[in-house]
Amino acid sequence: MAWTREQMAERAAQELRDGFYVNLGIGIPTLVANFIPEGMHVTLQSENGMLGMGPFPYEGEEDPDLINAGKQTITELPQTSYFSSADSFGMVRGGHIDLSILGAMQVAQNGDLANWMIPGKMVKGMGGAMDLVAGVKRVVVIMDHNARDGSPKLLKACDLPLTGQGVVDMIISDVGVFEIKEGRLTLIQLAPDVTVEDVKERTEADFTIAEGL
Amino acid sequence: MQKVFTDAASALEGLLFDDMTIMAGGFGLCGIPENLIMALHDSGTTGITAISNNAGVDDWGLGLLLQTRQIKKMISSYVGENKEFERQYLSGELELEFNPQGTLAERCRAGGAGIPAFYTKTGVGTLVAEGKEHKDFNGETYIMETGLVADVSLVKAWKGDTEGNLIYRKTARNFNPMMATAGKVTVAEVEELVEPGVLDPDHIHTPGIFVQRIIVGQHEKRIEQRTTRPRPATADA
Repeated sequence: MAWTREQMAERAAQELRDGFYVNLGIGIPTLVANFIPEGMHVTLQSENGMLGMGPFPYEGEEDPDLINAGKQTITELPQTSYFSSADSFGMVRGGHIDLSILGAMQVAQNGDLANWMIPGKMVKGMGGAMDLVAGVKRVVVIMDHNARDGSPKLLKACDLPLTGQGVVDMIISDVGVFEIKEGRLTLIQLAPDVTVEDVKERTEADFTIAEGL
Repeated sequence: MQKVFTDAASALEGLLFDDMTIMAGGFGLCGIPENLIMALHDSGTTGITAISNNAGVDDWGLGLLLQTRQIKKMISSYVGENKEFERQYLSGELELEFNPQGTLAERCRAGGAGIPAFYTKTGVGTLVAEGKEHKDFNGETYIMETGLVADVSLVKAWKGDTEGNLIYRKTARNFNPMMATAGKVTVAEVEELVEPGVLDPDHIHTPGIFVQRIIVGQHEKRIEQRTTRPRPATADA
């Protein structure tokens, strides 16, 4: 049985380490915050200018001056700091953020990522995605393994315009987990009751299979 | 020298002309100079190149200037919240230059700091890099991005004093500090204006040298995505 959105987020939370500064993208990556292991100290960065992001506010306590990068109202924590967008992307570009977890339209076997633009459709913009994938130490993608029409999203090469070249370190999809090291893609984990054959059938990219799978 | 003006319209008097470049602070609708944008709208200035992370929503922020076709070109990182923007862009009425958010922030910072250009690895190998100078440093490839300056920068702060010193509040800070430095003239609107000496000099985010004009505004502070969590049930309920 393939993983649900929550299960993908829960799997991604295994990539967190004590002391990490982490940036979570919009959508499924946001759910990872719900699975931070008890006792682990993880600081969430919001690229509009905040470290130490707290949960959503209680109704009636929303502060229009306090939002995350998805423009949602949020709260602060005792350890919170605020800063300008220039300082924020200094953290990102300067390699001070340990982990970025984000969504994708396509990922190539060499780690190329496309997640901001479909030619011919209205382009909303890349926001901070290009800065994040270029600067953050480790990039983990969470995505459905296939598009709604069933076409593969894990490809030999992306055909959509790129967000970054060779930037992805790990892909967590509903069928399993892949790692990209030195430009090579390896399947390292399968979701329950998913077989290697299932994954091969639903993937265009060439990949090797980790021992024991 | 008098930096304090009575309202947004008088604070912009003599600064506006057609085909000018304007920077406007804010991320989404958070920390936007609402009063100054409204006054810019009312001024009828056209052909504006607007440098702002976003384009407001249909009926608020820079969206107001899109409705009246006052904006010729936007330099932004994300414009997804605005239907009128989409319509004008797709019909070719509006020019658009997308910058990665961090690149946009740094371009404003550089412009204000007298740095004409800088190298970044953001966007290497993407559409953003096309036509830009590439250079290797320590075995890694970077692209050159240029600094930005504006004829007028419009910023929003929480508190300010009559010298133009500014303090921002929470994530409403965002692009405001860099844009304040990058305007040939910078006009600030604040929620609370105080006499010099009231703000702790150690807590000033933008020193007054960057601010030429300042007003007190009335702030609606619209929320784009009101998101809440349920309150825990109380024990005595």
